[in-house]
Amino acid sequence: MSTAMAPGRSTLPYIVLAAIALAIALGLYASGLAADILRYKKDILYLFKQHLVLVAISGSLAIVMGLAVGIWLSRPWMARWSDGVIQAVNMVTSIPTLGKLALMMSLLGIGALPAIVGLWIATLLPIIRNTYEGIRAVPAPMVDAARGMGMSGGEILRRVELPNALFVIFAGVRTAMAVNVGTAPIAFLIGGGGLGELIFTGIDLQEYGMMLAGAIPTALLAVAVDFLFGQAQYWLVPRGVNPLRNF
Amino acid sequence: MIRLEGLSRTYSTARGAVTAVDNVSLEVDDGETCVLLGPSGCGKTTTLRMINRLVLPTSGKIFIAGRDTDGVDPVQLRRGIGYVIQQIGLFPNMTVAENIGVVPRLLGWSLAKSRRRAEELLALLALEPAQFLGRYPNELSGGQAQRIGVARALAVDPPVLLMDEPFAALDPINRESIQDEFLRMQKTLRKTILFVSHDIDEAVKMADRIAIFRAGRLAQFGPPDELLARPADDFVASFVGRDRTLKRLRLIRVRDVMISPTDGVGASGPSVSPDDDLRSVAALFLEHDVESIRCIDDTGRVVGRVSRAAVAARLKSELAR
Repeated sequence: MSTAMAPGRSTLPYIVLAAIALAIALGLYASGLAADILRYKKDILYLFKQHLVLVAISGSLAIVMGLAVGIWLSRPWMARWSDGVIQAVNMVTSIPTLGKLALMMSLLGIGALPAIVGLWIATLLPIIRNTYEGIRAVPAPMVDAARGMGMSGGEILRRVELPNALFVIFAGVRTAMAVNVGTAPIAFLIGGGGLGELIFTGIDLQEYGMMLAGAIPTALLAVAVDFLFGQAQYWLVPRGVNPLRNF
Repeated sequence: MIRLEGLSRTYSTARGAVTAVDNVSLEVDDGETCVLLGPSGCGKTTTLRMINRLVLPTSGKIFIAGRDTDGVDPVQLRRGIGYVIQQIGLFPNMTVAENIGVVPRLLGWSLAKSRRRAEELLALLALEPAQFLGRYPNELSGGQAQRIGVARALAVDPPVLLMDEPFAALDPINRESIQDEFLRMQKTLRKTILFVSHDIDEAVKMADRIAIFRAGRLAQFGPPDELLARPADDFVASFVGRDRTLKRLRLIRVRDVMISPTDGVGASGPSVSPDDDLRSVAALFLEHDVESIRCIDDTGRVVGRVSRAAVAARLKSELAR
């Protein structure tokens, strides 16, 4: 898993990261690049918003649908099909994200829509897989005890299966969102907009200021998103089944 | 009262139909503990699981308090029956208080009421409520977890408890002490209990009646002393063991064979308490070359004596009955 950890356990990665960021910022300022970057302030703000919309829409849809499909596949009546579906999911996951975006472009044309759909698929699959595997890993005797005590199927899912699978599900969501945020700049290549516009144009023109104007906010967003989901994982997964909180 | 009538369960497998439980009929009275005993694969657990309908019978009927359980919604039925299992009974995502409160909450009790009940039950099981309510199962020892498993089954005070090898995973010392505690509780609670075990010693200790299973069939059903004194067939005899007479001794208390005249026993030599079982008496007879042993009560007063002849006569009389 990634470096983001919970408070109390270790804030060290964040301190190190902040120190490196500070050093880079000082370096940029000293070399005059900071001024170059800040020239693109208006572009940064505009494209960052676009970028955020790509990530937020594709990410939130993927989380909602990934959870739903993962839960659905884990139901006993789906047992005959779920293995096949997960195999298919694994196969699609192995297609490089750039390939997925290109395929979406050939299906849906250019613009934000194919970008969002492509990102959505890339994000969806790890969430489906982890939700399904997480629920399946809940020990059968535990589910049996729940049933024997008089929980209905829905109650078993809500009160036993999901809480015990939650840590694995969150791991899937974090991985998926890292893929999402990491791939979002490429959306520019199929006309999806976002910070990729600054990065790729900067590279083409060998304008380091422009390139960094796209790259730095992208990096910060990735760190922020991972931090956010790391915190959610730390606080939302019950203490009894949360390896981060068992000391 | 629980009554099983001609209960059978068959499974169809690749090698044809397998009968896990074959035409089992038995009756357990209110307040009685019935141990379902037998080697693994004998159908005892399947029988237990048919009572709360985790397994559906292929044929036969189950009556609880005179009511055919066929007609009851399984979810409602299970909420009214305490259920304790061996493996990971507790939910690791819930605190002790939440675990005990599962069924109360399902039945719509308030949080405060179910918490009060959890405190009550922990106190009953000699676990300090303030110390345990907020703990998670991974912060408990095996013995503590199993006690809380029992507490959880008792949460809504169900008249019937089903226990599937509840103490099998514990070390012998812990097992003895939790069995003793459970017997002490059962004296006042008087639950109707079906208890699955593969351990003859546990069965003799816990049961009012024992149902021995063999290959899905009921081999013998009766009080422990009857099984030990008169095994119905070779299978039962070999299952209860060649030392069954010694096992019978544990069922008899000193006070039952004690006679009052204390003449002939000296002021020194071995002694027992009236509440000891006859195993300790037998051990003393083997150790010491005496004809009778003094019985001394809690206050240190000599209240009677037990003779070799009385022990032998008692074993014979139970046999003849």
